[in-house]
Amino acid sequence: MWEYTDKVTDHFKNPRNVGAVENPDGDGLAGSLACGDALRLTFKLGEEKKIAEAKFQTFGCASAIASSSALTVMLIGKTVDEADQITNADIIDYLGDLPKQKVHCSVMGREALEAAIYNYRTGKTFDKKLDGEVICHCFGATDKEIEKVARGQKLTSAEEVANACKAGGGCGQCIPEIEEIINRVIGEEKAKTEEKPKLTQLQKIKLIEETIDRQVRPILRRDGGDLELHDVDGDKVLVKFVGACVSCPVSAVTLKDVVENQLREAVSDDIVVEAV
Amino acid sequence: MKQSVYVDNNATTAVAPEVTEAMLPFFYEQWGNPSSMHTFGGGVKKHIDEAREKVAALIGAEHPNEIIFTSCGSESDNMAVRGAVDAMGGHPHLITTRVEHAAVLGPCHYLEDKGFRLSTLEVDDAGNLDMEQVREKSMSGKATVASIMWANNETGVIFPVPEIGNLIKEGGGIFHTDGVQIVGKLPISVKDIPVDLLSISGHKLHAPKGIGVLYAQRGTKITPHIMGGHQERGRRAGTENVPYIVGLGKACELALQRMEHDAEHERKLRDRLEAGILASCKGARVNGGGSERLPNTTNISFEYVEGEAILLMLDDVGICASTGSACASGSLEPSHVLRAMDVPRSMLHGSIRFSLSNYNTGEDIDYVLEQIPRIIARLRELSPFAND
Repeated sequence: MWEYTDKVTDHFKNPRNVGAVENPDGDGLAGSLACGDALRLTFKLGEEKKIAEAKFQTFGCASAIASSSALTVMLIGKTVDEADQITNADIIDYLGDLPKQKVHCSVMGREALEAAIYNYRTGKTFDKKLDGEVICHCFGATDKEIEKVARGQKLTSAEEVANACKAGGGCGQCIPEIEEIINRVIGEEKAKTEEKPKLTQLQKIKLIEETIDRQVRPILRRDGGDLELHDVDGDKVLVKFVGACVSCPVSAVTLKDVVENQLREAVSDDIVVEAV
Repeated sequence: MKQSVYVDNNATTAVAPEVTEAMLPFFYEQWGNPSSMHTFGGGVKKHIDEAREKVAALIGAEHPNEIIFTSCGSESDNMAVRGAVDAMGGHPHLITTRVEHAAVLGPCHYLEDKGFRLSTLEVDDAGNLDMEQVREKSMSGKATVASIMWANNETGVIFPVPEIGNLIKEGGGIFHTDGVQIVGKLPISVKDIPVDLLSISGHKLHAPKGIGVLYAQRGTKITPHIMGGHQERGRRAGTENVPYIVGLGKACELALQRMEHDAEHERKLRDRLEAGILASCKGARVNGGGSERLPNTTNISFEYVEGEAILLMLDDVGICASTGSACASGSLEPSHVLRAMDVPRSMLHGSIRFSLSNYNTGEDIDYVLEQIPRIIARLRELSPFAND
């Protein structure tokens, strides 16, 4: 039993803008019969090049119908450029919420919108299979698509990817490849945000001292231990355990998991910590 | 919660009032431990024995002590597969089918991961097994443990268990059958056919949830999975769930009395429901319809519509049914049973299972027949494929 919001239930039971617009300016299809859900979206522009009419036809579950209905309501009155800004998260927000296993219904809305806008701009039918290599054969999802969803929604597991766009949720054979994509995206995103400035040796030593004072010592002191900075040789940091740490059987683990990790995060990925 | 027509009896059934009544004294008065030496507790034991006899009578077991009480059908299935493999020792060859319940497929896949060889038999598009395949696998020359269901929960398709049992036994294997859906619906007699192990679930035959049975034919070796007690003759430790055991006994007694009549009643209603839907809805088909089936079950696919949407619209008018659609379960794949039967893709996502019980009436069927065409027509209006 799904927990649907009142708005989802309302749009499922009383869908708005059902059907196909006659002589549409944009016409897009996402999903397929085999995948278990599909959405055809058509729209027509009116005055000031704003969307005057938007209609949907959906084969799918309650949340697919509700997402489609919501999308048409959101589109009307917008220019195509404005419409192009609508994301699947906007559809979810409009509906209040969707169960996480149903997020892909909102993604299908976004995909149909992209296909319809592509059709409007080029006059051609959007063929998503052209964009990238098919990784998930059960649901016809390409590497580029998976990457886009993983990056856009900051996904960290194959399960989240399946919830978001179905990829990997069928036979599961492609899960290792999906995980590879996720890991690559996570790595790239991390590198983007974490590029550390080059430090002089003096700045480096200062930063190491500060980090030890602020982030390392409080952790060790909780267990009655402590450490002193002994020396810094390039990226090699020599520390001396004191207090309870001296006789602690897991101090070697603490050295790597706490001290080294904290310093790597704050100062440089190349830091190596050793005890003297 | 509104509920005017309940046609989801393969999921669970209403507890019969006679059953509840039989159980109550074992909560309020006779709540002793049947293992106790004193009369207050020990006196309860004879009620367990009576229940055991009633279960044995329903399935035609020769000896009541072939009945082992468990907590549910899934426990019975797990105990049968893993217990038989363990007792056999070595690495027996496992045989099962693609359409089994998850409670059988789960332990089979677990054992496969542990290095056991597993053969999973295919079914044809009517849901039937290829008996040549059964023969071939059962004669593989290695000791086998086969777990092949009697009746399918989704489609109601019945496998020829007597014939399958003969083949497995000829090959020297152990034969378990998941009888959860057939017991109480159709007469069976395990003493006349080569079945070593049979699973039963109480709540599918008007007993409460939380009680099951594993029938183990005398001489069948099975390692217990709950150890540390003499209960169930050391085969399933744990203080007996007395009220539920008594309740199941009562439910079996009722089933034995009513089964023949009920099966006819359900078959008539089911056939009328099926014919009515096929007549009023284009692009509908009965999955497994041409096969021998349980009298209470029908699984109908509607082209170009999705099952969860149908189910929610049915729910809205107070009709409780089930779907094999992916969207309803949270998995992304539609029913493994319908996929095994190669149901066409346009129909795979739009399946609804109606399963009746003796409590259903002609009015229930009229009501469903009144609602279904409207719902299917409405959803097809929304579908981009319906006009293709």
